[in-house]
Amino acid sequence: MIITDTENTAAKVLTKELHCGNKSGRILEKGMKALFFLCACVSVAAVVVICVFMFAKGCPAIAKIGVKEFLLGSDWSPRNVPASYGIFPMIVGSLYCTAGAIIIGVPIGLMTAVFMAKFCPKKLFKWLMPPINLLAGIPSIVYGFFGMVVVVPLIRNVFGGTGNSVLTVSIILGIMILPTIVGMSVSALQAVPDSYYEGAVALGATHERAVATVVFPAAKSGILASVILAVGRAIGETMAVIMIAGNSPIIPESMLDGVRTLTGNIVIEMSYAEGLHYDALIGTGVVLFVFILLLNLCFNLITGRKDKG
Amino acid sequence: MSVMSDKMRTYRSHPMSLVFNILTKIAVTLTIGIFVLIVGYVIIKGVPYLKPSLFSANYTSDNCSMLPAIANTFIMLLAALVIAAPLGIFCAVYLVEYAKKGNRFVRLIRLTTETLSGIPSIVYGLFGNMFFVLALNWKLSMLSGACTLAIMVLPLIIRSTEEALKSVDDSFREGSYGLGAGKLRTIFVIVLPPAISGILSGVILAMGRIFGETAALIYTAGTVAKYAGLSDSGRTLAIHMYSLSNEGLHMNEASATAVVLLVVVLLLNGLASLAAKKLSKGGN
Amino acid sequence: MTQPKLQVKNCDLFYGDFQALKNIDLEIQEKEITAFIGPSGCGKSTLLKSLNRMNDLVEGCKITGEFTLDGVNIYKDMEITELRKRVGMVFQKPNLFPMSIYDNIAYGPRTHGIKKKAELDEIVETTLKQACVWDETKDRLKKSALGMSGGQQQRICIARALAVKPEVLLMDEPTSALDPISTIKIEELASELKKNYTIVIVTHNMQQATRISDKTAFFLHGEIVEFDDTHTIFSNPKEHKTLEYITGRFG
Repeated sequence: MIITDTENTAAKVLTKELHCGNKSGRILEKGMKALFFLCACVSVAAVVVICVFMFAKGCPAIAKIGVKEFLLGSDWSPRNVPASYGIFPMIVGSLYCTAGAIIIGVPIGLMTAVFMAKFCPKKLFKWLMPPINLLAGIPSIVYGFFGMVVVVPLIRNVFGGTGNSVLTVSIILGIMILPTIVGMSVSALQAVPDSYYEGAVALGATHERAVATVVFPAAKSGILASVILAVGRAIGETMAVIMIAGNSPIIPESMLDGVRTLTGNIVIEMSYAEGLHYDALIGTGVVLFVFILLLNLCFNLITGRKDKG
Repeated sequence: MSVMSDKMRTYRSHPMSLVFNILTKIAVTLTIGIFVLIVGYVIIKGVPYLKPSLFSANYTSDNCSMLPAIANTFIMLLAALVIAAPLGIFCAVYLVEYAKKGNRFVRLIRLTTETLSGIPSIVYGLFGNMFFVLALNWKLSMLSGACTLAIMVLPLIIRSTEEALKSVDDSFREGSYGLGAGKLRTIFVIVLPPAISGILSGVILAMGRIFGETAALIYTAGTVAKYAGLSDSGRTLAIHMYSLSNEGLHMNEASATAVVLLVVVLLLNGLASLAAKKLSKGGN
Repeated sequence: MTQPKLQVKNCDLFYGDFQALKNIDLEIQEKEITAFIGPSGCGKSTLLKSLNRMNDLVEGCKITGEFTLDGVNIYKDMEITELRKRVGMVFQKPNLFPMSIYDNIAYGPRTHGIKKKAELDEIVETTLKQACVWDETKDRLKKSALGMSGGQQQRICIARALAVKPEVLLMDEPTSALDPISTIKIEELASELKKNYTIVIVTHNMQQATRISDKTAFFLHGEIVEFDDTHTIFSNPKEHKTLEYITGRFG
């Protein structure tokens, strides 16, 4: 009789140590518990260290430049003498691009989610959901490349200009946030109890009306959370953006003007920045970081409320 | 047919319902269409340029070989996972098997992992540059990059492991304790084996993320196009592609690199969801 | 009178603020079957679980009083794994691990340090025979048990519990998830095992208690209302409440 042993080797070592509660066994139990605990502390430690480093390095730089000059100054010319470090154009640029991405991505994403969750036949769902999830797996560099060789020329040919513009960035970011919005919203919509839908249909509502007026509002906190997460993705996206944004640190006057985002500012100048210039880039990172933390806070408030309710 | 005409009659009296229905169909077509367009375009555009010279042993600015970058990518994957996988899995084990439900520490860890997963990769890059490259003086190196990435993918691994462990039925744990087994033996022999496919799916997702990452690596691992050890600076495939397309001189080679990058990442993601599916089947 | 196998003195048990057991005193004699009966939520399973400290897994569970096994305090003077080795447990639903039948049975002995294959083979065979499932399982020891019927699975669970050579076997409504024929098989098995083991069984089924147990304890609202020979409890109970319950007037 050959018996396959399903236990892995680690377990075998443990078996040796764990004869009914002998001393070394107990020490091992305690030791491993401590090890697990330490590993659990790593994520806390990571957040603390990241915060400390970002703020400790970035805040003094911001203070030195002057909070108002840094945040609201519209002249970014670190190589001038005297240098000027105003990141207002980048803040505005990031906000424009994110807003554009939301305007393009959210309606498409939510409509897609409604279809997937409520209109889609089960057989079709199996085939449609994987590609949507795979959109999230495509590396940003590939999105950037696609934007560079397809969308930029397209915009240039249709609207004129260089093609490196707020509009281009918005389109690519709008695509990139689709999987986030669709994935989370589909779960939120599916989590709504069927009784809501049945109640509406029983009152004579059409299938679409029941979904739009009863199911959709019932899932709104999950949907809102997905949008917030998407805003975070869009505002933090870097590589795809710098390949198609034009990157001049000037406040764009139209959708077809080039733009530089906060993230772009960091990547483009990090390679040669020194001294206060380097610190100012960290400062840019701090501004971005604070945006993200605020979004996280909103996200937690919304999902936390959902858990309670 | 009667069903069709029935529906049409309903829509005639409720035109907004029809509009809504059509809008959702347009949206879903757009979403799927975009996916097909991107993948199709990258592959059709790039495959003709996948020439043998792109896989020459060494990189020169003439052949733009991606082989060193591929080798570096594997080292990077391995190094980052060696750090992140045990940390993440053990953290999840602590959260699910040891910590009391809903105590403050658990909530703190959950909050921090959520925060970590929301931080953009460029901020990780900045932090890695400040901390590993400068403060610890590891210079621009594969190790700095791997540590940065390890922190970045940590929440991914923690979350999927947590889900996988939670899906293991409590009666297994009771049964094991009831036979006099200790906590460790229960965890390693009873709880982890059925959870393994779920954990694997998280780890594979993390691999996909590492494989495609650029922003967090440029200023931690650097962009040198040579075979790199842990203490050397070296470019991964994604950075290789960025450098090629950024220079603007080698767009054809860049598109060929994009094919490799895209195909590998899509395969990894597919594998991850397969593993996840296996978990949910095993759970029933 | 000999020293009881298990003794509970003065036990109170709380889940948070809720008192699940009140002032329990109980003696369980060796090589007898003791049945715990009573309506749902009366504390009978809770007491059973405190006999091998499975309640330790429940958060917010507080126990006072004295529990002894052969005169040794199980909460103070005994290693928890040692206790659970000596006091085995069979659960309400069969909970075989997702591994082969052989590995399921061998899990306990391996836990307690037996690694020789010959020895494990021997244990697997004897315990499966003891639990009367050897014939059904001997050809598929290497396969998962998940395809087998509930009754077979439960008997394998019993075999698994026997494999660590316990002295006491706790059974928590072992037949509640089973069909009548499997139930009878398990009952026969329990009566057979009585020769070598002390058995405590929680049951909802009063016929089951009369069929197999020697002593019966009737629980209500966390207290033991009456504890006596099974025969006495069911034919001539001293307490009015017991009579009401066994004649089916509530519960």
